[in-house]
Amino acid sequence: MSKANNNIRPGRLGPAEIEKNFSDLHPPLSRSEALIEADRCYFCYDAPCTTACPTGIDIPGFIQKIRSDNLRGSARTILQENIMGGMCARVCPTEILCEEACVRNTHEDKPVEIGLLQRYATDPVFSDNTQLFSRAASTGKKVAVIGGGPAGLSCAHRLAVLGHDVVVYNRDDKLGGLNEYGIAAYKTVDNFAQREVDYILSIGGIEVRTGVSLGSEFSLQELRDEYDAVFIGLGLAAVNELGLDNEDLEGVESAIDYIRDLRQSDDLGELPVGSRVVVIGGGMTAIDIAVQSKRLGAEQVTIAYRRGAGQMGASEFEQKLAQTSGVAIRHWVVPKSIAETDDGLQIELQGSQLGDDGRLQTTGESTTLLADVIFKAIGQKMGGHDLDGIEMERGRIVVDENRATSLEGVWAGGDCGVDGEDLTVSAVQDGKVAAIAIDRSLRNG
Amino acid sequence: MADLNSEFLGVTSPNPFWLASAPPTDKAYNVNRAFEAGWGGVVWKTLGEDPPIVNVNGPRYSALHSNERRVIGFNNIELITDRPLKTNLDEIRQIKRDWPDRAVVASVMLPMNEESWSKYIPIIEDTGADAFELNFGCPHGMSERGMGAAVGQVPEYVQMATEWAKKAATIPVIVKLTPNVTNIVLTAKAAQDGGADAVSLINTINSIMRVDYDTLTMFPTTDGMGTHGGYCGEAVKPIALNMVAEIARNAETARLPISGIGGITDWRDAVDFLALGASNVQVCTAAMVYGFKIIDDLTDGLSNFLDDKGMASVSELVRKATPSVTDWQYLNLNHVSKAVIDQDLCIKCGRCHVVCEDTSHQAITNTVNGERRFEVIDDECVGCNLCVSVCPVDSCITMQPMTEGIDARTGKPITNEVANWTTHPNNPMRKS
Repeated sequence: MSKANNNIRPGRLGPAEIEKNFSDLHPPLSRSEALIEADRCYFCYDAPCTTACPTGIDIPGFIQKIRSDNLRGSARTILQENIMGGMCARVCPTEILCEEACVRNTHEDKPVEIGLLQRYATDPVFSDNTQLFSRAASTGKKVAVIGGGPAGLSCAHRLAVLGHDVVVYNRDDKLGGLNEYGIAAYKTVDNFAQREVDYILSIGGIEVRTGVSLGSEFSLQELRDEYDAVFIGLGLAAVNELGLDNEDLEGVESAIDYIRDLRQSDDLGELPVGSRVVVIGGGMTAIDIAVQSKRLGAEQVTIAYRRGAGQMGASEFEQKLAQTSGVAIRHWVVPKSIAETDDGLQIELQGSQLGDDGRLQTTGESTTLLADVIFKAIGQKMGGHDLDGIEMERGRIVVDENRATSLEGVWAGGDCGVDGEDLTVSAVQDGKVAAIAIDRSLRNG
Repeated sequence: MADLNSEFLGVTSPNPFWLASAPPTDKAYNVNRAFEAGWGGVVWKTLGEDPPIVNVNGPRYSALHSNERRVIGFNNIELITDRPLKTNLDEIRQIKRDWPDRAVVASVMLPMNEESWSKYIPIIEDTGADAFELNFGCPHGMSERGMGAAVGQVPEYVQMATEWAKKAATIPVIVKLTPNVTNIVLTAKAAQDGGADAVSLINTINSIMRVDYDTLTMFPTTDGMGTHGGYCGEAVKPIALNMVAEIARNAETARLPISGIGGITDWRDAVDFLALGASNVQVCTAAMVYGFKIIDDLTDGLSNFLDDKGMASVSELVRKATPSVTDWQYLNLNHVSKAVIDQDLCIKCGRCHVVCEDTSHQAITNTVNGERRFEVIDDECVGCNLCVSVCPVDSCITMQPMTEGIDARTGKPITNEVANWTTHPNNPMRKS
């Protein structure tokens, strides 16, 4: 073990401080706050917010129902388009979706707080377990769903509502996918991911098999033989590598794996935390691991990203969240090497810029940072499953507008789809669209 | 600085804002606070015979709220003063002594017999009050006993009681009218015929606020039962303005001075009343919602407005707008206005489009050259002003009068010639 690892230890902060740091990032609106905010909605024609929502929620419609104290109706308006409307209210980058489109931005530079209103409308459904949906008459058809993340659960729920029986095959013990294992803890407190899963399953007709992986316990071919249709919502189970030597050194870790441990931890104070943390990447995961490291007590946290602020996958809000949490963001640097020193890991970062051809090139300048932990957060990829020769592109599954794959009777969506947007809301939409297409196919076929 | 000093029937006050006869003027304590805050006068809470009436000890008020809990309309079932007459008279006398420059008007409500009026009017006048206001307007409770609106709804009773009051009084008599009638001019005329020196209006409008969604009873109730109240506040202002203007522009009542009442909340509301026919104004609900401090904006705003208009006093504003009120039949049917949308101000909410499309004349686009864009289609626009009314952005959509060219909708040339319904060919009763 290198000397640096002495700097990686649990309990950097006391329980009170950790509780504060991991409390709800956006606390829910009170009734009066919600009514006042709802009053700000102009009830636009062909509302730009609805157009901007990947799941097409009738946003002015649900806000109008908040205004009239018709919360159950409001929740149904939301959840009938997006069964994970509760989670999306918490994690959607609304500032680049519905709230960016809000005409209030033009009027006064302050959009309606759509995300918080959506949470206000949906929270009672989960706390009171109000069933808003019922199942159509049984079709006698059975559909297999591989992966119990947002895409798979969305697909399963819609199929169940439409009268089909569904079996969800899930690798992990818990359903929810990244909602359960990936999203930053302060965005989904109080075990909300599991409460949402429970709500989704409460429709009935969805059987769940956990701890089973494609290629180990079952194959795609077996499911195709056994079921009337298959939906693949595998997500991206593997992590991209930096492609550097020494990437396997102790202290060089996958951000995804660490966040997974964090989300499953009963006591955040027991998680080992480095004093000096460097995060490689520029997406939401990079921000999530950086901010959570800081909130667990890391002294210095630096995000190193190879391009500029405008190209970061993380939204402007997320970038600000990192900066106001005390995270330094270094733009235009590319990792060149990682070495072990007496004072921990040393990462060499080369300056980068866009060349005349628009491609990234290095500038020749370089700088080094010392770190106890280096997190890789440069994206995920599919896990190399045997998919029966399904058509792939850029390592992801090719689907049409109905989320049908090249294989007859097989649909796919979520992050594993070639057009996946790495957003919960998009995955939910994929699952919904696929379910509607599967239903049509099964009824016609 | 414009002069806000006001004279109404010879009664002077430092500004034209009186507190209307209502809970805010029930006691010397409240009236002292009002005068300290700067109110020009008060009409004391209505006095009646001894022994005093009693009030319910449950909800007397309720409100129509916006989602922000702003009070838009207000309802009450309180009766006239429930304190002994002597207590009120003693306090009125003291207040008038302490505040000689303020107007103190005694509101009275008495049974329909002359003896009551000849007995009580002199006693009340003896306090030094500046004038009487006869309450022929309260629509609840007292009207069941043959007073208030029960009098005000019958022109003959209005005239009769006014005559009794005038016979017994030496100070001016204002008759307060109820809006719960079909033609306000008839009761105003009756008051005038009875010798009234002025009228004040409006009193409150019969109202039930809503039901209780849990109990499915009317709301609010007194121990499970409710009764209609009197409606007031911002929501009633347009109704009041119409009645004021009707009296001011009707040849038979045009010379009758008017004290304007009904939803006055800020100085602009006062301008409305003054310009349409009132010589001063009375306020109640706004004070009951915000407290007496609103007098600052009322006086300051009115003063600045008069300065901006180059008017030296309130009287220059009075009835400025009255001549612009007429009958529909005299409106110029040759006039054409079209809505114009300022694209720089437009926030693209599309409200104008959808309301025009759904409920009016399909005269606003939603897409131009594939872009979300809202433009008026002159071929269809009738100039109805609906889009202006619903647009959330101030001044984004305006009505622009056409002065030349051809109306794209009708194909007819714009003309300066004025022509109204009285001469229109479609009017079977047209004048030749």
